[in-house]
Amino acid sequence: MADTHIPHPDLPPPVSIVGPIGWLRRHLLSSPLNIALTLLALCLLYIAIPPLLGWTVLNATWSGDSRDACQANSGACWVFIRVHFDQFMYGFYPDGQRWRVDLTALLLIFSAAPLFIRTVSSQTKLRIGLSILAIYPIIAFILLTGGWFGLAIVETSQWGGLLLTLVIAGVGMTAALPLGVLLALGRRSRLPAIQTLCVTFIEFWRGVPLITVLFMSSVMLPLFLPAGMSFDKLLRALIGVSLFQAAYMAEVVRGGLQAIPKGQFEAAAALGLGFWKMMGLIVLPQALKLVIPGIVNTFIALFKDTSLVLIIGLFDLLNMVHNATTNPAWLGFSTEGYVFAAAVYWLFCFGMSRYSQSLEKRLHTGHKR
Amino acid sequence: MTDHAPAKPPFWNNPQVRAVTFQVIALIVTVAFGLYIFANTQVNLQRLGIASGFDFLSSPAGFDIIQSLVPYSATSSYGQVFWVALFNTLLVAALGVILATLLGFVIGVARLSKNWLIARLALIYVETFRNIPLLLQIFFWYFAVLRAMPAPRLSYSLGDVAFLNIRGLYLPAPQVEPGFGWVLAAFGIAAILATLLAGWARRRQAATGQQFPVVSAALALLLGLPLLTFWLAGSPLHWQIPELQGFNFRGGWVAIPEMASLLLALTIYTAAFIAEIVRAGIQAVSHGQTEASFSLGMSSGKTLRLIILPQALRVIIPPLTNQYLNLIKNSSLAAAIGYPDLVSSFAGTVLNQTGQAIECIAITMAVYLTISLLISLLMNLYNRRAALVER
Repeated sequence: MADTHIPHPDLPPPVSIVGPIGWLRRHLLSSPLNIALTLLALCLLYIAIPPLLGWTVLNATWSGDSRDACQANSGACWVFIRVHFDQFMYGFYPDGQRWRVDLTALLLIFSAAPLFIRTVSSQTKLRIGLSILAIYPIIAFILLTGGWFGLAIVETSQWGGLLLTLVIAGVGMTAALPLGVLLALGRRSRLPAIQTLCVTFIEFWRGVPLITVLFMSSVMLPLFLPAGMSFDKLLRALIGVSLFQAAYMAEVVRGGLQAIPKGQFEAAAALGLGFWKMMGLIVLPQALKLVIPGIVNTFIALFKDTSLVLIIGLFDLLNMVHNATTNPAWLGFSTEGYVFAAAVYWLFCFGMSRYSQSLEKRLHTGHKR
Repeated sequence: MTDHAPAKPPFWNNPQVRAVTFQVIALIVTVAFGLYIFANTQVNLQRLGIASGFDFLSSPAGFDIIQSLVPYSATSSYGQVFWVALFNTLLVAALGVILATLLGFVIGVARLSKNWLIARLALIYVETFRNIPLLLQIFFWYFAVLRAMPAPRLSYSLGDVAFLNIRGLYLPAPQVEPGFGWVLAAFGIAAILATLLAGWARRRQAATGQQFPVVSAALALLLGLPLLTFWLAGSPLHWQIPELQGFNFRGGWVAIPEMASLLLALTIYTAAFIAEIVRAGIQAVSHGQTEASFSLGMSSGKTLRLIILPQALRVIIPPLTNQYLNLIKNSSLAAAIGYPDLVSSFAGTVLNQTGQAIECIAITMAVYLTISLLISLLMNLYNRRAALVER
């Protein structure tokens, strides 16, 4: 009887291929060029990180109430932000009424929270979403402007800061999406007159810069209206922003419509569905799902574009910050102000883009080509 | 069509009748809306005593412009303001497009680098700058950086030829002397020769299969011939270096801080978007293409130039054009920091001085619309040529 063959136990893989060392060799040191690039990157980091860290954290001043507190340290003066924080959030909203803004924000957060919980069924989500769309704007409008239920009236000229930025972005998004869908359907329509109207509208708004649209809405809209009828400055900006973004949204939605195979339209027609039922039940649900990343990108662009309203004299977050940096008592802290504003905008935009990525992954049903 | 059709549907369910009705209604509503606005505008203009028409373009402007590429003074007309403003817009847009493309391609390729650190740094760049509003970036560069520069006497200097201070960036300016025309002529001749050479090389390769190093030969021609002429003509060019005289620098070429900050912000912001487009374009070319090219014995340089880039460009160019259009439109944010571009000088100052709101805004919008439509048209032509022809 021959001895049974007992193989040697497997040797562990060489240290140079797996583990941290292997990772370093593969990703940072695989070739002379790669080594040079690593050195370059380290060099960049060495130049950038210590001064940045020193300015923002280590040498920064965090406590105090006046600019004198910042004299001792060479870094950022975050006191500037602390002192102006309420202004940056609420603008010129009267002090005693600011709870209304907080309440409006909390209401939205709590009512919209179920939409972000995965265990809630999509049916419930749809119902919640639609009721938020129908009811919330009315509540928010009453809370913010006042005039009912004994709430003091707050003119829109007193709105400002992040509040105004979010109002413009929110209204712009809710107006631009349905308008964009209608325009996209019109552009794909077989009726020549409707199609021409929609194409002209879309191409016009997409061809001009938003700033000229805002100029137009602030200097030309009053000329278009009958004498005696005048629009609030904020409302004029809202109209301009909504129409502008609707044109961009229309192009995004059109991309989705074009990606739906013809068979879907024909099948819907064969089942006897009319135009609106075909679009609402068969085509749009598929098309909109396809273009979620595009829609969110448009929302992000809209959010960033809200900063342009400072050109027509509205005090959004950026304008409030800019205003505070020109305050004679606080001259010389513009860097801190802009860095703070940039951080706020960045958080919102980055959050939206991450959410869209996760949504895209979740809705991915394997039909993507 | 049969004579014995089954029960005819009522006429309001007839698709053709419906189509006509809807279109007629849409047209009537649009026209009525337009007429309503037109009538209101007429009444309002009369009430406010604003004359309409473009006569104001020939009256003197009476204000100065801090940067003009064409001769301009305060006595020039509003029509000339338009040209100055248009050229300023085009200048910043053209420089922005070139710089953003260069930076964007570098960052986009860095995003795909095998080097983990470089790829991460590029990712951080993209995620940071595309999520911050452009206007905020312009403000940052203008108010926080360039407006905080020292006075001319305390300028930062680079080797005593370039200076940076609160008045702007001063660079040496090339001064052309007589005889420089010969150098230009030599460059023209070199360009013609290079084109002929490329044609000859292509025909030779088609006929014999032999390759000729066209790129290096053309480069040698394009650089060598003008340089040789330059040397023979006795170096007909010198650099005028800016000098501190009194309170300010004189001579040299100056980039005013408004232009510098606008250009910086436009470049950095747009480059972040271009980088993502370039990355997506390169990733869209499947890896099999690279492998196939290697198995045919092509070098990695040739693979990149002949196999990957032509296919990647097909994906890259349409969104890239969109970014160029965005950059041109975004250059209108100049109005916020007072760079004398079309929106700031024409739709701003001229409008405020003359009160001709409709005319000024209409001209401004028409210019941007023309640029947009023109570029889209070129884009569509290119697309038709480059589109994948499926067989």
